[in-house]
Amino acid sequence: MEKYSAFKLLKHSFSHHENWKRVWRSVSPKKSYDVVVIGGGGHGLATAYYLAKNHGIKNIAVLEKGFLGGGNTARNTTIIRSNYLWDEAAQLYELSLKLWEGLSRDLNYNVMFSQRGVLNLGHSLQDMRDIERRVNANRLNGIDGHVVFPDDIKKIAPLINISKDVRYPILGASYQPRGGTARHDAVAWGYARAADALGVDILQHTPVTGINCSEGKIKSVQTNHGEIFAKKVACVVAGNSGVLASMAGFKLPIESRPLQALVSEPLKPCLDTVVMSNAVHGYVSQSNKGDLVIGAGVDSYNGYGQRGSFHIIEHTLQAICELFPSFSRVQMNRQWGGVVDTTPDACPIIGLTPIKNLYMNCGWGTGGFKATPGSGYVFADTVANGTPHKLAAPFSIERFYTGALIDEHGAAGVAH
Amino acid sequence: MLLIYCPYCKQYRDEEEFSYAGEAHIKRPQNPLAMSDESWGNYLFFRKNPSDVHHEMWSHSSGCRQFFNVTRDMITYEIKETYCISESPKIEKYKK
Repeated sequence: MEKYSAFKLLKHSFSHHENWKRVWRSVSPKKSYDVVVIGGGGHGLATAYYLAKNHGIKNIAVLEKGFLGGGNTARNTTIIRSNYLWDEAAQLYELSLKLWEGLSRDLNYNVMFSQRGVLNLGHSLQDMRDIERRVNANRLNGIDGHVVFPDDIKKIAPLINISKDVRYPILGASYQPRGGTARHDAVAWGYARAADALGVDILQHTPVTGINCSEGKIKSVQTNHGEIFAKKVACVVAGNSGVLASMAGFKLPIESRPLQALVSEPLKPCLDTVVMSNAVHGYVSQSNKGDLVIGAGVDSYNGYGQRGSFHIIEHTLQAICELFPSFSRVQMNRQWGGVVDTTPDACPIIGLTPIKNLYMNCGWGTGGFKATPGSGYVFADTVANGTPHKLAAPFSIERFYTGALIDEHGAAGVAH
Repeated sequence: MLLIYCPYCKQYRDEEEFSYAGEAHIKRPQNPLAMSDESWGNYLFFRKNPSDVHHEMWSHSSGCRQFFNVTRDMITYEIKETYCISESPKIEKYKK
């Protein structure tokens, strides 16, 4: 791997930047691997990277049906925060946030992680009680955050409307200064490059069409390049998790739903934080290019179509215009949808499956991007040791039988 | 945007008048006291999540407020049929 540095930038400028090395190798699949990771999104690539880096497993393949980071990794709105209510979820997302803080250095790739702060607005007394409870729970877990009131909010985001004469006046917010955004493509590319440097084979355009087991144990996966044998298979395929599980012959408590986002035309810098509101149902941030990145809730019904309903966009933009009246004349540039794997308790499923040596990491639903490093970290540990990582253990599929659900609808349901 | 045919109002109406109510044809357990934790978990949380044809319940919540079933394609979102809860779907699966 060619290390990126200011010196390298200078050196390559003499040859008009035409001689940079390819970021990862183009390889053809081997007959067998120690670990096959299905899914070349952020979580899958992070899993492969930490397997190679922390656990010394070198014979790894990542199989991606399309191109790298072409699924939800490139379709999300890149918000990063860790202000979840329950201890289990908060600790997992906080591990992630800590990894984000050193990620560009660790990968030697600029993921443009920007800690611009995240505001979660409250519009009613009940909202404010919930916010205070969540902030207190966060602080007990060592996660930064405080309650702010309309005057402070106006200082953080000057364009916001804190007038009392609106339908849903802003009463306050929780503010997590360490939260922020990152560049989603760079996360996939950075992990891919770093994993490739550790010897991981990245196979694009290699869909898995079948999973072969014998005596309840994983044997191989069927692909368009033929059968690939694997000692262990780690499945990280987001919206398609249910499809992969049915190939292996078991069910997951997951429903796949369309989630939409949209971006505006580029504007001059006008919003240097992330603003989310559960009550008026929308969130907005401004990307480094200047576009407003806007999103809201999932569609109410299941679907694999990677697009959503028009009325969801309409309601989202109504909410944004309520919060920021000056955005009402901004034109929208692009709109898209992704398929998210939602679970009954809005928390992921990480761990073992009924098939021996087949591991699942799914159910991140609407908020998986922020968890990319932490998810890869704990899942790699789980796959390498064959037992759940300490932080992943509460997220096993068993919780749907024992009833020990981790209800994060409040922190995850609308605000991703 | 879906245009859904309500079998009670006998009209095509806009998606926004309806609410989604999840998978159709789920049977309530006959003898709840005799059930294991596993079968309770399956009944409460585990849903079919097919990528082709899905049978699902919708409610005409801003209209006649009746519940009915819909057979819908999960990729194109095309509605193949709507039918009353007591009926069986005509379209079970795609013929390959």
